[in-house]
Amino acid sequence: MKPVLQLNQIHKVFNEGTPDEKLALDTISLILNEGDFVTVIGSNGAGKSTIMNIISGVIFPDAGSVYIDGQNVTAMSEYKRAKLIGRVFQDPMAGTAPLMTIEENLAMAYSRNKTRTLKKGVTKKRKDYFREVLETLHLGLEDRLNAKVGLLSGGERQALSLLMATFTEPSILLLDEHTAALDPARAELITKLTKEIVEKYNLTTLMVTHNMQQALDLGNRLIMMDKGQIILEVDEKQKEELTIEQLLNEFQRIRGTKMASDRALLS
Amino acid sequence: MFTAIFGAFESGIIYAIMALGVYLSFRVLDFPDLTVDGSFVTGAAVAATMIVSGVNPFIATIIAMFAGFIAGCLTGIIHTFGKINALLSGILMMIALYSINLRIMGKSNVPLLNTETALTYVREFWDKIGIDSFFNILLSMVGLGDSLPRTWGIIIFMVLVTFTIKFFTDRFLSTEIGLALRATGDNKRMIRSLSANTNLMVILGLGLSNAMVALSGALIAQQGGFADVGMGIGMIIIGLASVIIGEALFGTKTIARTTLAVIGGAIIYRIVVTMALRVEFLEPGDMKLITATIVILALIMPKIIDRTKEKKRKAKRLAESVSLSELPSGRKGEAGAAIKSDS
Repeated sequence: MKPVLQLNQIHKVFNEGTPDEKLALDTISLILNEGDFVTVIGSNGAGKSTIMNIISGVIFPDAGSVYIDGQNVTAMSEYKRAKLIGRVFQDPMAGTAPLMTIEENLAMAYSRNKTRTLKKGVTKKRKDYFREVLETLHLGLEDRLNAKVGLLSGGERQALSLLMATFTEPSILLLDEHTAALDPARAELITKLTKEIVEKYNLTTLMVTHNMQQALDLGNRLIMMDKGQIILEVDEKQKEELTIEQLLNEFQRIRGTKMASDRALLS
Repeated sequence: MFTAIFGAFESGIIYAIMALGVYLSFRVLDFPDLTVDGSFVTGAAVAATMIVSGVNPFIATIIAMFAGFIAGCLTGIIHTFGKINALLSGILMMIALYSINLRIMGKSNVPLLNTETALTYVREFWDKIGIDSFFNILLSMVGLGDSLPRTWGIIIFMVLVTFTIKFFTDRFLSTEIGLALRATGDNKRMIRSLSANTNLMVILGLGLSNAMVALSGALIAQQGGFADVGMGIGMIIIGLASVIIGEALFGTKTIARTTLAVIGGAIIYRIVVTMALRVEFLEPGDMKLITATIVILALIMPKIIDRTKEKKRKAKRLAESVSLSELPSGRKGEAGAAIKSDS
């Protein structure tokens, strides 16, 4: 097994030296091997999003290193390492350009791991390919290649974002609560698509979620975070038998308090 | 009258290049770039100074364009690397360019009268072909024989130049780099996650935008016969007016349509100003006031039209519900009257 993502002793403090000082990540290490699908759960402020931002290069760690595909990307800028990373955000509006058409959005995603040139972005050949991949979503978007993305519903936009993040087969896929802003039916659809797509391309995936059921349904490993630390790691075998109650009990056992997230409990 | 409109059309098509530049920064990049006021003059100053010192006017015009490109890139660099607010970086560059333009020209005004410029070349060439007489005969036939323009050469040359630039802009915006540039103005976070260097895109976009603006300035100087350090004042507003008027009148369905609309907007703006200046009590000095008024109107009108439409819809719904509940017909008439007065 080849490690695809390596986080070594990552440490991050926000607003250091001010009254607002906050320890976001407390010397965290994590390894994802090829084909791993790890779900991350934890209460608000546990550091889940910070991990995502450090991997994608939106923020940089105070100490520690990040390796993707054996390459040290710790100090690499966000847009450069984006060649290796596929990302889907929580906000369905964040992953697509609303004033541009579906085919133009796909063309931009298509160039993610290539050097952009002065060649035409949307060619006849690419169009056929886009139509083909859009069909896998079963949303009828393949017939609306020329529609502006701003006209799509939140669910459709998120499905498109998911496709755009994955169809070029990134080394690692980061999903940051990508179903949290959708209604239950749409969230279920995106969850189902996520499963299909990750399996189809055998993508190494890290998914943050507030939804415990989703965390149990998807992926082969699970980690639980609290106050900037990984407090529980569940491997493939244990995960199959795990239930929500067990997870909550486990949290209480480790931390001595109840898990402080209404959203996690309710979902 | 015809001569005035002809003149307005002629300068409109030259200013259209500047408007295309403003479209690129203001709409495509979503960057309100005030550099335009300075880079327009930079284009004029570089071209005029070089032409006066004996450089081939076509080469001088191209170098003027390049100077505008650099000015735009500098604004982009101030904004991205200096992390200075977009408006402020434009203003800073505009102010800096004022001094630079004075340095380039060495004085506040460079006259180009009795000098060979790109446009006099075009005119001479055109006169040799002698197509003018054909156009003029056509005009005489429709009864406009007593107001013949000096030459058709410049207007036709400018239409060619402007549409070539429009064509290349359209093409560029559909390339891979062009798409990334548009996405930088539409959703920065997204295109960064798709491995585009948004800083570079902003710098490149502003460079191209100001290159067009400078080209326009260089041509206006050659058409008007002078470059003046004050000729760029309010240029951004004129550009904006052209973009907004064009978009409102001709639509924005595709990029090609929008760039065409911007050119149309620039010409219509010139014609409106020309007509306005023919009104008795208005003086040439009122031009900026007229421009500001046009822009304010162009910005407010769409909202008023939307509100009127909304009112109409409501009135219609009201009328329907009234007729459903069978109230006296007088009420219905009132609702109908409201609809008519709104439209």
